[in-house]
Amino acid sequence: MTLTRFNRELTVLEADVLELGAMVDRQIDRAMRALVDRDIPLARAVIRDDGELNRARFHLDNVCLSLLAQNAPYAGDLRLILAVLGIVTELERAGDHAEGIGRIVVLIAGAPPAAPLDELAEMARRARRMLSDALDAFARRDPELAYRVGRDDDGVDALYDRAYRTLVDAMIARPSAVEGCTRLLWVSHNLERIADRSTNIAERVVFLVSGTLPQMNVSSH
Amino acid sequence: MTQPHIDTPATPHWRPLSRSRASAATQGAVGAETDEITDAAIEAKEISLWYGSAQAIGDITLKIERHRVTALIGPSGCGKSTFLRCMNRMNDLIPSVRMTGELFLDDQNILDQSVDPVELRRVVGMVFQKPNPFPKSVYDNVAFGARINGYKGNYDELVQHALERAALWDEVKDKLHTSGLALSGGQQQRLCIARALAVNPQVILMDEPCSALDPIATQRIEDLMRELAEDYTIVVVTHNMQQAARVSDRTAFMLAREDRVGRLVEYGLTEQIFTAPRDQRTEAYITGRFG
Repeated sequence: MTLTRFNRELTVLEADVLELGAMVDRQIDRAMRALVDRDIPLARAVIRDDGELNRARFHLDNVCLSLLAQNAPYAGDLRLILAVLGIVTELERAGDHAEGIGRIVVLIAGAPPAAPLDELAEMARRARRMLSDALDAFARRDPELAYRVGRDDDGVDALYDRAYRTLVDAMIARPSAVEGCTRLLWVSHNLERIADRSTNIAERVVFLVSGTLPQMNVSSH
Repeated sequence: MTQPHIDTPATPHWRPLSRSRASAATQGAVGAETDEITDAAIEAKEISLWYGSAQAIGDITLKIERHRVTALIGPSGCGKSTFLRCMNRMNDLIPSVRMTGELFLDDQNILDQSVDPVELRRVVGMVFQKPNPFPKSVYDNVAFGARINGYKGNYDELVQHALERAALWDEVKDKLHTSGLALSGGQQQRLCIARALAVNPQVILMDEPCSALDPIATQRIEDLMRELAEDYTIVVVTHNMQQAARVSDRTAFMLAREDRVGRLVEYGLTEQIFTAPRDQRTEAYITGRFG
């Protein structure tokens, strides 16, 4: 493979990672809309489309494997491929969390929410912003933005703590809401994990730029 | 003259992964792990060299760590072979060569005119790109240097030991008195290494030692380099980036600019150079953007 072709392959790889990121973001958005709107068909679509996301991730894994085997890359090229291997794993897992929310929506089966969804909606908004920023940082090779993603994770963790308290209080006040609130706890956990995955992606961006892998995610969750 | 800029890196947040070398596993060898060289076998201070009026290398300052493999890489014409040959004054053989700076082997400046280049080349042996056994028997090839030096010990033991260290004994023990030229290319190169080892050197310089060899023979030489690094200091010039990445503990990248003077651009642990070089020129070279 000539260098020019290798460079083209790397450019395509980067674009594919961003596309996978956009797919994941869409999955999170649809899962939350399904939750808020009690839209079971939309939740089922989220569950179904997770398979496509998994296939895209494994395709990118294989592309990375071929690029490594055929080009024995070094330095920035090597770091890009290693970063992508890490990022696509995180994206696929973030997609699994969106799918998890979809499954909870199906389990709740259209029942009215057992507690207000404001905090969960805010968690989702921030987690999606973190994911978007992490991918922007990747595209622009921007470690400052990547570190900001790491800092933003603290805000999501704080929201997670608040949502936990709110839901536990609701369960204490109204024992009949225990099952519904427990499901919503799972939703909040999925959202918190999406924020963690975004932080992990941001760590890979710092590695890509500098060759050192920082540990940003010191979440207690 | 501008000094090459060589950063002293901060300790990486992550610990470099252990090098996965067969020899490291079997021999218990541990590669260099920090950027600081505390035990230098060779120390070059502002080495410059001219062929007539044309300067070939400029102001090279670096330490070669004892009992490690150090690779010199860079595009053709960057002066890496010239610098290698400074280390045993092979360049003295070329008329009109002039050098400045200091080059210490342990505590002695080997560029000092009082140093006998022939004695120096015993201590700092050399293996060349093309295997160059003498048109003599395998045995006599290995014994040659010792005879010149008036060695009084047991020659059979000396020859066997050197051939064993060069991982060639098992293949030639039944044909010690056949011509060295009858061996395969890879065997001839190991014979040359045995010949260098037989005079008990401290340092072995290798100038593209595998460029004429097939992949299997190359792998044997590379394995041998790792094993020999336990007892000898090895400096290897190579165009093969993967070879430098595989066998060396430290890598020096040299480059000649428009003035055609080869200078040191970056020198560091091989892991660092091949994963996260600090200089854009190193990055461009090892990722194949030029050279």
